[in-house]
Amino acid sequence: MTGLRYVYAVCRPFDAALQRQLTGVGGAPPRLLRHHDLVAVVSEVPERDFAERPFRAHLEDLDWLTETAHAHQNVIDALTAVTTPLPLRLGTVFHDDSGVRVMLEAREEGFRRTLDRLAGRVEWGVKVYAAPEAEQQPREPAKATSGRDYLRQRRRSHQADEELWERAERFARRLHETLSERAEDTRLHAPQNSALSGVPGRNVLNAAYLVSRAHSEEFVELVDRTKSEEPGLRVELTGPWAAYSFSGEEPNGEEVNGDEMNGDGVGT
Amino acid sequence: MTFPSRVPEPYGQNGSANLADILERVLDKGVVIAGDIRVNLLDIELLTIKLRLVVASVDKAKEMGIDWWETDPSLSSHARRDELSRENAELRARLAEPADGGHRREPEPAIERRAREEPS
Repeated sequence: MTGLRYVYAVCRPFDAALQRQLTGVGGAPPRLLRHHDLVAVVSEVPERDFAERPFRAHLEDLDWLTETAHAHQNVIDALTAVTTPLPLRLGTVFHDDSGVRVMLEAREEGFRRTLDRLAGRVEWGVKVYAAPEAEQQPREPAKATSGRDYLRQRRRSHQADEELWERAERFARRLHETLSERAEDTRLHAPQNSALSGVPGRNVLNAAYLVSRAHSEEFVELVDRTKSEEPGLRVELTGPWAAYSFSGEEPNGEEVNGDEMNGDGVGT
Repeated sequence: MTFPSRVPEPYGQNGSANLADILERVLDKGVVIAGDIRVNLLDIELLTIKLRLVVASVDKAKEMGIDWWETDPSLSSHARRDELSRENAELRARLAEPADGGHRREPEPAIERRAREEPS
């Protein structure tokens, strides 16, 4: 059986062992492929799923994609526990080990620079949600006393919502400023839609912060303190993530190829 | 390299980190490398645009009915099953329409109509 090589991340060589029972995309255990002073973390994936045509078909299947994304993220998490991985985008696949080596060789300089920049740092995700009253408590069956009453009720609840959005925006801006001071770098991501995230309320801030491990505890405490500051607003912290949002070359770096797109330019 | 042991325990990695958090990162962030299987770049770009429509635009999604992504056959395999029955329903609805179709059937707001009838 011929297998393809799925690449999760590039790191500096590290001594610590990965979890023994760790499995990657498709169930195979990830292994390390060393090239000079870089390591690619790879696992074997079957051609029947990852050759061009089946892979293309799978990508349109949200269930398959979900499973694959979780497997990819599991490996990145395991790496983040022992080193600073440079995570690659989902679905980076080569024919064989030598294809991976050629890629490492070609991009060695850029990888080294980025890994140095990120070494010892992790990403924290902070989101703020605003839940309007109407969503917090199920609306009572409207007593249709009169049309005018109805309109007045509508207007009142509309005004309350408007006030909440304004308050949420002010709070989010202030929180982002405070957290930015404690972070080495920040990214603002597009707010998430609750239909996909399954989280109630409107997402008004979706930000990522690059924080050194040494300062992470402090950062987490700072976020925790803001959690009950404002009624009707919810602050949510995720992490530590590998530095996904900061893995692109610096905007003024010279190493920007045509195929090297950092998502930040598109949607933020 | 050493790692201080006081790095906080993973926060919400299995708790509050939702699917959108993970997809947002593994599909949209991270280093893009053209592998040997070249199809991935283009397709993930397309997929990301679709997901971005879903993830980014809360208001749009609400306008369109909040769960439209679940019923997009290219985004969910569950949706494919529903597609045929929806098409049938649409066809039935179209057949049921009166013959003068093409006219908007919902009544105009009364105020607007009155304003238009008034001579200027």
